[in-house]
Amino acid sequence: MVVHGEDGSVVRSERFVTAVCTCRRSKIYPLCDTSHREVRREG
Amino acid sequence: MHLPAPRGELSAAVTAALGGHRGALPPVRGVDPHGEDLTLALHVLYELHYRGFDGVDEGLEWDPDLLRLRAALERPFLAAVREEVGTAEVAAVVEDLLVERLPGSGVSHFLRERGEWWHFQEVFTHRSIYHLKEADPHAWVIPRLRGRAKAALVAVEFDEYGGGRAERMHSRLFADLLDAAGLSSEYLHYLDVVPAPALATVNLMSMFGLHRSLRGALVGHFAATEITTGPSARRMVSALRKLSAPRECVRFYTEHIEADAVHEQVLRHEVIGGLLEDEPHLAGDVAFGLMATELLEDRLSNHVLGAWQDGVSSLREAADVLV
Ligand code: FES
Ligand SMILES: [Fe+2]
Ligand SMILES: [Fe+2]
Repeated sequence: MVVHGEDGSVVRSERFVTAVCTCRRSKIYPLCDTSHREVRREG
Repeated sequence: MHLPAPRGELSAAVTAALGGHRGALPPVRGVDPHGEDLTLALHVLYELHYRGFDGVDEGLEWDPDLLRLRAALERPFLAAVREEVGTAEVAAVVEDLLVERLPGSGVSHFLRERGEWWHFQEVFTHRSIYHLKEADPHAWVIPRLRGRAKAALVAVEFDEYGGGRAERMHSRLFADLLDAAGLSSEYLHYLDVVPAPALATVNLMSMFGLHRSLRGALVGHFAATEITTGPSARRMVSALRKLSAPRECVRFYTEHIEADAVHEQVLRHEVIGGLLEDEPHLAGDVAFGLMATELLEDRLSNHVLGAWQDGVSSLREAADVLV
């Protein structure tokens, strides 16, 4: 499958499911790298 | 792979029995459930269900006396882990695992801040015990699932096994990492130097995988791994790039950033979701599997960081094996 990012980036994924980044924080945008997760500062 | 050196009475009896010198198998009483002896004995017995050891009779996998001993070793280990984790709701545990805490205190945080090459080599060595059989323990659960959970878990496993291409199997990517790091990629090559806290993480998945009665825990284990790998793999990539590590070392982790972002979603929604729709009474076991995985990962992390803070190796007699 071919993923087109809103910034013009294009990647090809051969995985059975592709996780697409919608938060725009991913370092491998347009794919998700789990950067969307909640970060909690403690201590 | 040859049999490892024993670490006490139990592991001595097990390795002797597998080597063909069977004496009376000792009773399991008053042993430390997280200790070196019990952990290695259990690890060796589980290995009979994977690839076994050179020169060891393959039929011993189903030897009633060894299975009885294995059960006697599993009981205190499982009881100790159960007692330490307590009980919780699946959703709450998953939610908690999904939060990234800062400042982080795990091994990958240490490596990113002040990891030296020997620290990385030690981590690769600990992890070689599992990653050279990556995904294998989870394959045992397949016949015990059905419907949505089964289809989804098999799809994730297919990805772990390289999507049908041997050179892309995650276990192969880890072997390439070891070779590039100047380490041995031979299966179980480092068994003798890997201490109990690392072996116990593999024993946990073997135990969950081999017992149908623990299928919920196995699914919880798989989910915990997939949920937590993404962020730690991201830190590993930046730590390794900082040291200009070989491409193959970085590759294993970049693959896991991308793959586990997918696997996490599929595990949570399809595998856990499907299983609990089918067998709602397993919710407690799924939560247990999630928490037990974290518990043993934390123990390993504490062991490794504790040794490094004291300026010593986190491996057993590291010097002669790593060269
Ligand atoms: S959605 Fe952006 S990193 Fe996951
Ligand atoms: Fe993997
Ligand atoms: Fe995965």
